[in-house]
Amino acid sequence: MSAATGPAADRATGAAAPVAVRPARSGALVALKLLLTSPQSLFALVVLLGVVVVAVFDEQIAPTGFNEVDVEQRLQPPGPGHWFGTDDLGRDVLSRVVLGAKVSLQVGAVAVGFSLVCGTVVGLLAGFYGRWVDTVLMRCMDVLFAFPAFLLAIAVIAVLGPGITNAMIAIGVTYTPVFARVTRSAVLGVREQVYVRASRSVGVSDLRLLARHVLPNAAPPIIVQTTVSLAFAVLAEAALSFVGLGTQPPDPSWGRMLAEGRGYIELAWWIAVFPGLAIVLLVLAFNLVGDGLRDVLDPQQRSALEAARARPGRRRRGVRP
Amino acid sequence: MTGIALRRVLQAVVVLLGVSVVVFALVHLVPGDPVRLALGTRFDQATYEALRERAGLDQPLLVQYAQWVSSAVTGDLGVSFRSGEPVTLLILERLPATLSLAFASILVALLIAVPLGTASALRPRSLVDGVSTVFSQIGISVPEFWMGIMLILVFAGALGWFPPAGYVAFGDDPLGWARSLVLPAVTTGLVSGSVLTRFTRSSVLEALGAEHVRTARAKGLPARAVFRWHVLRNALLPLVTVTGVQMAYLLSGVVVVEIVFAWPGLGQLALQSVQARDYPVLQGAVLLFALVFLVVNLVVDLLYTKLDPRISA
Repeated sequence: MSAATGPAADRATGAAAPVAVRPARSGALVALKLLLTSPQSLFALVVLLGVVVVAVFDEQIAPTGFNEVDVEQRLQPPGPGHWFGTDDLGRDVLSRVVLGAKVSLQVGAVAVGFSLVCGTVVGLLAGFYGRWVDTVLMRCMDVLFAFPAFLLAIAVIAVLGPGITNAMIAIGVTYTPVFARVTRSAVLGVREQVYVRASRSVGVSDLRLLARHVLPNAAPPIIVQTTVSLAFAVLAEAALSFVGLGTQPPDPSWGRMLAEGRGYIELAWWIAVFPGLAIVLLVLAFNLVGDGLRDVLDPQQRSALEAARARPGRRRRGVRP
Repeated sequence: MTGIALRRVLQAVVVLLGVSVVVFALVHLVPGDPVRLALGTRFDQATYEALRERAGLDQPLLVQYAQWVSSAVTGDLGVSFRSGEPVTLLILERLPATLSLAFASILVALLIAVPLGTASALRPRSLVDGVSTVFSQIGISVPEFWMGIMLILVFAGALGWFPPAGYVAFGDDPLGWARSLVLPAVTTGLVSGSVLTRFTRSSVLEALGAEHVRTARAKGLPARAVFRWHVLRNALLPLVTVTGVQMAYLLSGVVVVEIVFAWPGLGQLALQSVQARDYPVLQGAVLLFALVFLVVNLVVDLLYTKLDPRISA
């Protein structure tokens, strides 16, 4: 081994720092395999895949445009021609549900992406450096956390103005402290591990240490949190659009459609029922994947799961009082 | 014990200070002149000047903050840009509706969650457990406002059992009050109940697996006594915490449900103030919600340290 060990050598050769042995990364594949063996997770992943396909090919799938008004066809019940019926302006509800998928996924992805990046950076710094950095950053997060989520989102929109972009920012801000807390506690668990201390002792830079050793090993709870937050973000977008602060008309959004259908609920149940079912299905899918990931990524749960899967047929007996 | 309590209170005070800065900043972060925005087309120089002066917007920022905080502490939250009424009065008017909805909802939630969660924990993988799992999974995935619309569709529209919307004050007509409360309370209660069911189930399961329960069984205590004295007591302790947090959430999280049921509560007030750009009202409502949230969390934390001997030791 040459004399050049440490960060400089790492950059030159691209090799991981010596001494610091990171736990094997075989986990991801095993985790995915385990995830696919659970019927709930499989169902949820199929639903998610379906929604993504619908959102990508929305214009090919939707029978009509999102705002094609046909007054003669207004308030038609579901049937051939209009499988989900038509709304008060004669627009095809199926088309609007299909086209609304993109909005929901986009808002979810952007908003959660925002809180994931901001929250993870804050949590990493707070957990890794501790002391006053931790105190200052986490007290700021506590302040944001002190506001009920939906109200904070409303307040942010009150400042920025209504609209889909501002709704994304509002939801993103709301969930940032959650990610900061999750990341911080995960980092605290990793920080004192032997491989991190060893890397530090051979002079690995903080940035590299965080990126190569701390973050990957603190990742499982962050991944679970991301999935669960996607569910919340979809719900939050629907709620904001429902009260008129999110997606603006005539753009299709499931929450917006519910608000529009509400006035006709007794005449035409289908306007409010189908977008609502779409929201439930997508949110349910995110929640189920989150649950599945939590089971699979938690080492304790995972060994129990693997053991249970290895011995099918054996059922736990109920405990009765 | 007192040390922990004191630290928690101090922490809450620091956070509250931060909250006050954020709420104060709300008005000042708005691009443009908030008073001009609020007045809109009804603009009139004299009213404008009067409102600006009343809101203290012509003072330096720090002075404004100090004035705002010192009056907020005494319960004066300024006046509405729209109606000129004191914000505190507007909030107090809305409080009974929100409080009745929040308490009724938590009652519905607990009535569902405790029996269902306990039954499903006692018989894992049984039919009850299946029902409870499906209920809690779907419950947390359903938007509350959609649930509300569906309940209106069935129970107000098709069956006609309850009014579709509106609030009746208890003093005017107690029966009408109860009838108007059912659908909104069931809406939020079902959603909160799904969270609590899940929690009760895992809490009871954990208590069942505890060593002292095994010991109690081993020494031959009747199953009923083991359950009553060793399982339920320990399982319900964490439930107190979660119920408290849910309560705080309900007080503020029912904004959209209040809209669906035309419920004249605080959430509706907050939302209307955003739409009307009535910033003092929004500030007041947001501050109150955050305060309630903080206080409930603090009380729950303190209660928990008091109830759980392992923490208070």
